[in-house]
Amino acid sequence: MSRDCNTGGSRRDVLFGAIAGVVTLAPGITLTTFGAAQAKPAGEPVSSKIRWGLLVDVGKCKPDCDACIKACAQENGLTTTSRPEIDAQWIRKVTLRDRQSGVTRTTVAMCQHCENPPCVDVCPTGASFRREDGIVLVDKHICIGCRYCMMACPFKARSFVHEDHDDQTTAAPRGKGVVESCNFCVTRVDAGKKPACVEACAGKGGGALTFGDLNDPDSDLSRALKTLPTAQLRSYLELNQGVRYANLK
Amino acid sequence: MAEVKYRRLGDHSPMLTGLMALHAVLVAAGFGAALYMESNGHQVTGMNNQIVWGLPHVFAVFLVVSASGALNVASVSSVFARLAYKPFARLSGALAVALLVGGLAILVLDLGRPDRVFVTLFHRNLKSIFAWNIYLYGGFVAIVSGYLFSMMDRVVSRKVLVNKAFGYAAFSWRLILTTGTGLIFGLLAARASVSGGIMAPLFIAASLIYGLAFTVLVVMTMCFETREALFTDEMVGKFRGLLILFALSTLFLTTILHISKFYEARSLGVELFLLRDGGIYPLLFWGGQVLIGTLAPLALLARMHGGRGDRGKLGLASLLFLIGGMAQIYVIIIGAQAYPLDNFPDFDVSSNFGDGAIASYVPTLPEALLGLAGVSLAMMLTALAFRLLPFLPQGVVRETEFSA
Repeated sequence: MSRDCNTGGSRRDVLFGAIAGVVTLAPGITLTTFGAAQAKPAGEPVSSKIRWGLLVDVGKCKPDCDACIKACAQENGLTTTSRPEIDAQWIRKVTLRDRQSGVTRTTVAMCQHCENPPCVDVCPTGASFRREDGIVLVDKHICIGCRYCMMACPFKARSFVHEDHDDQTTAAPRGKGVVESCNFCVTRVDAGKKPACVEACAGKGGGALTFGDLNDPDSDLSRALKTLPTAQLRSYLELNQGVRYANLK
Repeated sequence: MAEVKYRRLGDHSPMLTGLMALHAVLVAAGFGAALYMESNGHQVTGMNNQIVWGLPHVFAVFLVVSASGALNVASVSSVFARLAYKPFARLSGALAVALLVGGLAILVLDLGRPDRVFVTLFHRNLKSIFAWNIYLYGGFVAIVSGYLFSMMDRVVSRKVLVNKAFGYAAFSWRLILTTGTGLIFGLLAARASVSGGIMAPLFIAASLIYGLAFTVLVVMTMCFETREALFTDEMVGKFRGLLILFALSTLFLTTILHISKFYEARSLGVELFLLRDGGIYPLLFWGGQVLIGTLAPLALLARMHGGRGDRGKLGLASLLFLIGGMAQIYVIIIGAQAYPLDNFPDFDVSSNFGDGAIASYVPTLPEALLGLAGVSLAMMLTALAFRLLPFLPQGVVRETEFSA
């Protein structure tokens, strides 16, 4: 199920959107050219002309780095408890040890923003939905907390809010008793920025994360996908995820 | 031929009063537990972001599946024209609705936002089997209520066609309902141990055994309560035969499920986990479902030879089938979640979120109380129905004593 998302915006958003629009109109020059995401003009519905995606280059993910996880937590107001198994895990660091070679590397796992998301298919109320631009979201106003989406998610990418929170951010309001997951920092993306994890990885990390428009052949993401051998997790499920992994093997 | 006479439950014996008091305490404790979970969040339960459905779901699914099967006796009398079962048709219908309500109460109270349950009426995703189940549950209550009305109303009950129509509708609906419940798991492509269409017939077979076991135990309790042998030795034999048939069907489908999973490379690991290496799960499967829940009651039923102890054996076998059923549902629901998802094939995976590791789950007291409260609520509603309306057959009912 896809849904148009007509988000409201501040004057700054409008200004930013207008600038982005002008820059995009310039022949051959887009914001993507300069390494940023395209801003969606405020008030304009999202379009299926764009499909946001993310490339995780496992070869560049530093084992001792958690910049992306900290940035995600700060951006979305995620806090930890003494029980990691009930903590919100929008993005998590995963250690991979090749069974044949014994080589150990690290990567990150999060919502894979599937084109055919099982979480959306099974949600009884339609609270889980996929925007036209490929971002999979939870409408926290109509999520009843049944957790069927968590049962259906093939990537263990969703978290259930197990406790009250009074330290929420305006960008990502959170509520006890509903399900949530990585949303590609949708408010940032709509404002023409990159997700917090991508920005942090480029700054303090190894530059392992590339965000962009899969439908734009000139985006950084598309160019990287043309040059690197990439894979989708559990590809036999044919979910056509927006998140791809490079240098897994 | 005489018509079957029905009665309401009259004065309560101390035994029934005590039983109802126990159920009332459990229901109150269950609602208290739900309130506690709602106030503090699910952090006070053993559930987490890996085991997202816990003991309350085991109870809930068990009761919902049982509800469909409890209607079996009524279906056998109406749809298959086995008149010997007719005296128990009303009782089985009332029990079916009560079991469903008990199961749904648990499901609703275990939601993260139980206050939003009515959101499901206004926002629906018809691609979701869960959404369909909401309509199937509501429809079940409506159709079975109509079915009961067609059996009990003085005027309508004489219209055989109306009764038949309701009988067929209820029979079809209960099959669809249990199919829907089985597919809640069968459609989970991500969970190798449960995905597959076989979950629908497996749940139907399981529903028949659980539902009939519940019916037998309720009839036997009413025999104690009314001090009347409500069913003949002949009926004891019929119930015995059906229980054997349903138990063997469930065992057969369970065997097929596991054999087919063993042949599938991607589900081999989880199969070995559930059947051999997974600690509590193989124990519950082999010890709970197979030994205590299938072979032991089958042995008891096989040793019934028409003697005085047959009713006791029938009752004990029914109780064991129910224990086995709980074990079966526990392994299906919790076992499927405990085994790690294979997100990165060819790698040994680890993380601070349990990637690549077996998830542990220890149910807490609030969860157990909520689950037990669902069973108690179903039993209290059944007793209340018996008290208010003539659901119980009066006296020993012989097959030759009533007309269709």
